[in-house]
Amino acid sequence: MDELMLDGNAAGGVLGEVFAVEMTTATMMCGGCGAAGPVGAMHLFRGAGIVLRCPQCDNALVKITEGGGRMWFDFGGMQTLEIPM
Amino acid sequence: MAGTTVLGRLTWQAATVAGVAAETPRVTTIAFDVPGWPGHQAGQHVDVRLTAADGYQAERSYSIASAPGGTRVELTVVHIDDGEVSPYLTGELRRGDQIELRGPVGGYFVWAPGDGGPLLLAAGGSGVAPLMAMVRLRAAAGSAVDTRLLVSSRSWEEIIYREELERLAGGRLTVVHTLTASAPPGWAGYARRVDAGMLAQVGPGPAERPRVYVCGPTPFVEAVAEALVGLGHQPQAIKTERFGPTGS
Repeated sequence: MDELMLDGNAAGGVLGEVFAVEMTTATMMCGGCGAAGPVGAMHLFRGAGIVLRCPQCDNALVKITEGGGRMWFDFGGMQTLEIPM
Repeated sequence: MAGTTVLGRLTWQAATVAGVAAETPRVTTIAFDVPGWPGHQAGQHVDVRLTAADGYQAERSYSIASAPGGTRVELTVVHIDDGEVSPYLTGELRRGDQIELRGPVGGYFVWAPGDGGPLLLAAGGSGVAPLMAMVRLRAAAGSAVDTRLLVSSRSWEEIIYREELERLAGGRLTVVHTLTASAPPGWAGYARRVDAGMLAQVGPGPAERPRVYVCGPTPFVEAVAEALVGLGHQPQAIKTERFGPTGS
């Protein structure tokens, strides 16, 4: 869709419904290449759900899908998530 | 820093249209009153949700264009002909109508006067919206941070916030326009896509360690960020906010 944003920033809303802290400044380390950076700087793709990809190696870090009153998080591509408290 | 503050979880809340104003033939700013709005930072966005009569829902993200203050939130929206959400926002909403908002969102692409500068802000088309929030906040706070705003628009008529930017410019705020599709007769400014040479002239250079914010369609952001790194700016100092193609 034309109007979609394509940064990790765009996942801030959905992440904010689940986590009680600001998540776009949290740091994700890629399980593929080991690069680390803020969620806001990840690449975001939107289809049936949301996929956050590593800007260095394109590895899918997180997949988020919503439906039927539930939310699924697949953190399989991520090594660590560091959250500022 | 607000980015480290525990904020509580976000929820959808009702927003009432307080005003609608045309910026250009294709761009409209909609002001919302959001009771209980917790306040926002310049650069943050909101998610907008529309629900059709049959229950079908569509969500989009829009940057907040207004400076923080009160319960007012202004969004600047480009009309996309085949869009699912923007034709409704730009063409159908009237004062008193309600939609749902979730936000404010984001602690990454934000600036506050206390963060200092200098600032290098680069906008492609409607990507100027979150940068305008920063420029408006800077003015409202009486900040003297050296700020260079480079705005890329297709034509003179399509420059968003043109008159307000003319009023705000001066002192330590420099506003530079480039026109990529057509320029009026006698136009002496830039008339090409943003490139390294233009960024070097607009400045500040890497030696001044500016905080850099780039917002626009994905190809614009990619090209500008690459040019900035080529000029010697630190990749970590360059914050980007990409949009899908919006014709800019």
